Amino acid sequence: MNAPNKSGWKPAMQAAGSGEGSAATHTGNRALMLEEPLIFEIGHRETTGVDLPAPSSGGSDRLGRFARTAPIDLPGLSEPETVRHYTRLSRQNYAIDLGLFPLGSCTMKHNPRLNEKVARLPGFADVHPLQPVDTVQGALAVIDELARWLIALTGMHAVAMSPKAGAHGELCGILCIRAALDARGESGRTVILVPESAHGTNPATAAFAGFSVEEVPANADGRVDLPALKARLARGGDGAGDVAGVMITNPNTCGLFERDMKAISDAVHDAGGYVYCDGANFNAIVGRVRPGDLGIDAMHINLHKTFSTPHGGGGPGSGPVVLSEALAPFMPLPYTARTADGHIHLVEEERADAFSEEHFGGVMQSFGRMTAFHGQMGMFTRALTYILSHGADGLRQVAEDAVLNANYVLRSLEDVLDAPFARSGPCMHEALFSDAGFGGGLSTLDLAKGLIDEGFHPMTVYFPLVVHGAMLVEPTETESKAALDQFIGALRHLAERARAGDETLKAAPVHAPRRRLDETQAARRPVLTWGGTDPR
Amino acid sequence: MRYLPLTDSDRQAMLSTIGAGSIDDLFADVPREAWLDGPIEGLPLHASEQAVERHMRKLARQNVTAGDVPFFLGAGAYRHHIPASVDHIIQRGEFLTAYTPYQPEIAQGTLQMLFEFQTQVARLYGCAVANASLYDGSTACWEAIGMARRITRRNLAILDAGLHPHYVEVARTMARFTGDRIDHVPPVLEAGCGEDALIARIKAAEPSCVVVQYPDILGRIPDLARIGAAAREQGALLIAVNTEPVALGAIRSPGEEGADIVVGEGQALGVGLQFGGPYLGLFAVRDPRHVRQMPGRLCGETVDAEGRRGFVLTLSTREQHIRREKATSNICTNSGLCALAFSVHMTLLGEKGLRALAAENHRLACHAAERLAQVPGVRLLNDTFFNEFTLLLGCDARAVVRRLAGNGVLAGVSLGRLYPDQPQLAEGLVVAVTETTTEEDISALADALQEALA
Repeated sequence: MNAPNKSGWKPAMQAAGSGEGSAATHTGNRALMLEEPLIFEIGHRETTGVDLPAPSSGGSDRLGRFARTAPIDLPGLSEPETVRHYTRLSRQNYAIDLGLFPLGSCTMKHNPRLNEKVARLPGFADVHPLQPVDTVQGALAVIDELARWLIALTGMHAVAMSPKAGAHGELCGILCIRAALDARGESGRTVILVPESAHGTNPATAAFAGFSVEEVPANADGRVDLPALKARLARGGDGAGDVAGVMITNPNTCGLFERDMKAISDAVHDAGGYVYCDGANFNAIVGRVRPGDLGIDAMHINLHKTFSTPHGGGGPGSGPVVLSEALAPFMPLPYTARTADGHIHLVEEERADAFSEEHFGGVMQSFGRMTAFHGQMGMFTRALTYILSHGADGLRQVAEDAVLNANYVLRSLEDVLDAPFARSGPCMHEALFSDAGFGGGLSTLDLAKGLIDEGFHPMTVYFPLVVHGAMLVEPTETESKAALDQFIGALRHLAERARAGDETLKAAPVHAPRRRLDETQAARRPVLTWGGTDPR
Repeated sequence: MRYLPLTDSDRQAMLSTIGAGSIDDLFADVPREAWLDGPIEGLPLHASEQAVERHMRKLARQNVTAGDVPFFLGAGAYRHHIPASVDHIIQRGEFLTAYTPYQPEIAQGTLQMLFEFQTQVARLYGCAVANASLYDGSTACWEAIGMARRITRRNLAILDAGLHPHYVEVARTMARFTGDRIDHVPPVLEAGCGEDALIARIKAAEPSCVVVQYPDILGRIPDLARIGAAAREQGALLIAVNTEPVALGAIRSPGEEGADIVVGEGQALGVGLQFGGPYLGLFAVRDPRHVRQMPGRLCGETVDAEGRRGFVLTLSTREQHIRREKATSNICTNSGLCALAFSVHMTLLGEKGLRALAAENHRLACHAAERLAQVPGVRLLNDTFFNEFTLLLGCDARAVVRRLAGNGVLAGVSLGRLYPDQPQLAEGLVVAVTETTTEEDISALADALQEALA
């Protein structure tokens, strides 16, 4: 192996044996596949890519005894070296700009470039969150306009805009439920029910907010087992139940619409609880179904999924939460409100009670602040730009094409890949397959890595947990039929190899910048910084 | 509809492959009564790129842009010059439009960048290990309090008076639901940071942690080492919060001063103001043994099947997708692209550039403080500061800020805005000065203050 080199430049590949079928080169590069050292191996403390006045000696100093004496030990690069370093790194990434990225539940759709242009207008990008409210009416108008769209599209009563991502939105919704129960004097409700197929963030969020988590079983159909849910709700007994609410993903992570959603909501409401909907998959139904019509009390919307804001290699996200009339009073601060004179108010701690008295008949009783400022403004501008581009008609078409594309993939492959819920009805925006029928000890992981060699990002693998060797394929609406056909062809070929027990798949990928990486070593002997302390 | 590639004939062909008569058949599992039969009424229909851009530009024009006026706001978000190449790099589609690096063989660009970022943050903070980012400084601060609870098995957090009031509010909100107790008092308008009073509070309790902002909300630089010693005596962890990373180019790192956990807002480097988000939560620990209690993603080094160096997300048994209700945090998506912007900006600066940038900020801030303190009726509160200080105006600073905004000067953040319930703080104005502030800006503020206070 090639240990991190602390003495200077050394291409990471140089000492490595050549891969099977690849010719070794002097540099370790392979034409356009370029190796790139770490900045710590090529940069220097004395190099900078920014022109600044040299620090002047003398003059006053207000640093007290705190002036830095020790070096930080940060390497610098000139601008050309910087641009080259990151450009070379960028070429080791797969991205939606390069091809189909069928990560189920993650919704990798095209990111329109108008969104990027608009977000960078100085009137949005160069505005401080604590400017006097009169100087930021345009920014507040973006929040207000986006909020009105989200309310209309979901048929809900209000929306909390400040949550920073989906999981933060879940927390917002769960805290609204906690606050509403406390306000009712029912703090004894401490259980949140979560289906087995839920995203990991659901139980983590409920636990984070102090609830205990119980699983709701699924039926053979891949949907919530309604009789089992009702039985659990009844166990609370005496009208003084212990269930605070349920967290349900709809469409669910098996790619199915929860047909009984309204009945589930009614049962939970009858038992005195609230219904949280994980809105990660709202893109499947936007413009065709309003969650508000299904009895939902709270649902987060991932602007970076349904509304096309970029994922950026892991964020930023944005997770506004739409709320029913029952939960709206508890939404976090700050929030915006437009009054009849057209002025948009920013309601913070200070005026919250007075504003509620004056404009909301005193019902607003926020549970407090979840983040320092007003949420992900840079995502709001992008999402609003996307929504206005599509309009009410286009968004409906978005859902229809997303569902059409997923069903096309499902039906084109169900003869070669096991589709456990193929007979449960049409799928929504994603198609679920399992590893049943693979030969020669081949696994879902092997097939996924094979897709990499075929030039595709793998689908979501081993999730949801309810299906063995799950493969969750979400093509999204921004793929053409030609792109889908090419993907289906590749997946069919791989499925046939997997069924035949073609063991060469175990070596995949062979054409990527790296072969399979040793994740066990990474966790057993963590190296988390360059030249740093081993945190064993 | 320019973002939808399918044609009507594609749709027909695909429906026939599926064996469905119409698109409605695919929505058959949705109860009929929940169907919307057409576009939702009262909402606009699709629009051209030109029409949408025109609308958004109109909204953008209704804001006062920081770069267009003399501008002095800070208090947790700072305006710095961002080199042009930063935005160029974060707009490369391979970074912008990639997902969380779940498939490391085709995500080495993002992963290597995160490994470099973690190392930069750890060094800047004087810590052993940093994570791959959280949402922002305020949520990172709360996560640190939760981590201290898990490590010490205590649930009382003592927050220093100088901690950003929004950060205090976030901690209070969360504590209401987790059973933590929060001990906090508002700041006092004096030159010192009140370490003696804080240490007395620490000695009278058995806290899980003591949370101190460095420099604090009034711009003062607290003595972390003294506070840390008192915390250690009581078996508590010292959490240092930094909202202006550029300051650490001029002052000692919190880790060097003895902080156990260092968190902060990274927005000042590479990210920009953006009306409050997206920002960048930074999170680091001094003792590497604490790493398994950390929230959020971690990138680590390993090798591939051919022995070549590579990077992966690691120690994920701490995280929600593996551990579910037993995870250290519920966070999933973080601030990856903002981390890239921070890291590129930091790489361009390097040690030399960051130290020079910090020195220039401090030089200009010293000059501005001196100039503004000469305005009749204005007093400078601070003995120590980096690029932000508090002026005492002798009258309600909120009214002054509003009046100056009307005259095209964004004067700073009034303490009345930050502490509406504390009338004794109302005369305070927090003023930030960075390398983007010009001599003319400082004169404009001095003149406007003089006129307003006359």
